[in-house]
Amino acid sequence: MEIPKSFLGYKRENNRAGTRNHVIILPVDDISNACAEAVANNIKGTIALPHSYGRLQFGADLELHFRTMIGTGSNPNVAAVIVIGIEPKWTKKIVDGIAKTGKPVEGFHIERTGDIGTVMKASKKAQEFVMWASEKQREECPLSDLWISVKCGESDTTSGLAANPTVGNLMDKLEPLGVHLCFGETSELTGAETVCAKRGATPEASEKFMKTWNSYNDFILKEATDDLSESQPTAGNIAGGLTTIEEKAFGNFQKIGSCKFIDVLEPAEEPTKGKGLYFMDTSSAAAECVTLQAAAGFNIHLFPTGQGNIVGNPIEPVIKLTANPLTVKGMGEHIDCDVSKILTREMNMSQAGDELIKSTIKVANGRLTCAEALGHKEFVMTKLYRSA
Amino acid sequence: MSKTDIIIHDEKDNVGVVVIDKITPNQDCSCWVMENDKTVNIQSINEIQLGHKIAMVDLSEGDTILKYGHDIGKVVKAIKKGEHVHVHNVKTKKW
Repeated sequence: MEIPKSFLGYKRENNRAGTRNHVIILPVDDISNACAEAVANNIKGTIALPHSYGRLQFGADLELHFRTMIGTGSNPNVAAVIVIGIEPKWTKKIVDGIAKTGKPVEGFHIERTGDIGTVMKASKKAQEFVMWASEKQREECPLSDLWISVKCGESDTTSGLAANPTVGNLMDKLEPLGVHLCFGETSELTGAETVCAKRGATPEASEKFMKTWNSYNDFILKEATDDLSESQPTAGNIAGGLTTIEEKAFGNFQKIGSCKFIDVLEPAEEPTKGKGLYFMDTSSAAAECVTLQAAAGFNIHLFPTGQGNIVGNPIEPVIKLTANPLTVKGMGEHIDCDVSKILTREMNMSQAGDELIKSTIKVANGRLTCAEALGHKEFVMTKLYRSA
Repeated sequence: MSKTDIIIHDEKDNVGVVVIDKITPNQDCSCWVMENDKTVNIQSINEIQLGHKIAMVDLSEGDTILKYGHDIGKVVKAIKKGEHVHVHNVKTKKW
C-alpha cells in the first residue's frame, strides 16, 4: 500500500498540528471542578477536564501536576484554554506555561469572587474562544505532524500474537516518514526489561531505560503485599490466557516493531530530540498512561486490546484495535480496527498494519473514534505520593 | 492451507496458543510456527479455550516456559504434552 503523505489537521501557532480542535476548560485543582463544569455546560462546544488533585502537592509530585496541566493545555489538539483555579498563583503559572505555545489562554481564580461570578466571567471568555476556534479549517499537514502514542490494555494472548505486532508493523512503516512515536508502561515490561533495554538507540538511552525500570521495580517490591497476582496480570488478562507478567511483557513489547527508542521521557515530558520513538515512564493503567502521553504533546493514540478495554481521552483520540474475534463480536462498538483475521491466517501482519494506517489517517482527518462517539473522556492525573 | 488451531510464536517455544473458539480433548490439532512458517501437529489432552496455551512437550516442575523464544515463567506442577498451561501449573519468576 502506498502510505498517504499528508493528513488534514489544524495548524497551530507553534507550528504543531492538531487532529482535533477542542476548547478546554481546565481546572487547576479538585475544588475548581464544579466551576469548570458549569462553564462547559454554559458554552456549547467546550469541554471541562475535571480531575481529583492539585491541592497541597509538593516536590516532584507537584512538578508532575504542573507538567500535566500545562502539557494538556499546550497539546495541538486544543485550540484555546480557560484555566480555573482556587488561587491566583498556581492558576497563573499554568496560564503562562500554556501561553508559550501562542494559543489563546485565559485564567480565572475563584477566591474573593466565588463560583457564580467566576462562572460568568469565564463563560464570556469561553464563548469568545469557542466562536473563534469554530472558524478554524482543516489544512493539509505533512504526515510527520502526527505524534502517535501507543498503549495496550485488557490484553490477552491475541494481543501479543496479532494486535500488538500490528501496531509494531505500523511503527516500522511510519517511523521512516518522520513521525514521533511513544510507548510507556514501565511495570508491564517486567520480564522483558533487558530485551527492551537493548532496543535503546544509544547506550545512554538503554542505560536511562534500565535506571527507570529498576526504580519502578524497587517501588513495586517495596509496596507489594503479595505477588501482585490480583493486579499483574489482571483477572481479565488471565481469563484471556495470559499466565505471567513476563508473558504479558513480551506481548506488550511487540508494539514497537523493530524500532529503537532514542530517549526516555519523564511522565508527561515533551520529547525534544526530534522524530522517532520515545519511551515514557508511565503506569500501565490505561487512562493514566494516555493522559500523560497527551500531556507530552501526542495527538493521536493507538490502543490494541484483547478482552476489550474501553478507555478514551478528552483531547487525544484513542483508536482501538483487536485480534480477538470474541471481543469484535461481543463489544464491536468499541473497536475501530478489526485484525482478527490474522488468527485465521486470512490476513498477514503487513496487511493488518496497512489497515491500521488507514484507520489512523481517517481519525487524524476527523473521523470520530468509537471512544469519542461513546463519550469516553477519561482524564486521570498520575500522583506520585501523598499530599502535604 | 489447512485450518490452523494453534499458533506458536518461535521455534524454541514449548507452548502454543489456541486460536479457534476451543479445542476438545484428544483433538488432533494443526499448529503453525510463525517464525519459520512450519506446521506441526499435536494431540490435546484437555479442552482449551481461545487464547489459552497448550504444552508442546512434557514439562517437569522447575522447567522454564518459553514463548516468543523467551523465558515467561516456571513450571510449578508437572505438565504433559497436550495439556492446558496456565496459572494452575506455571508461575512468574518475578515479584
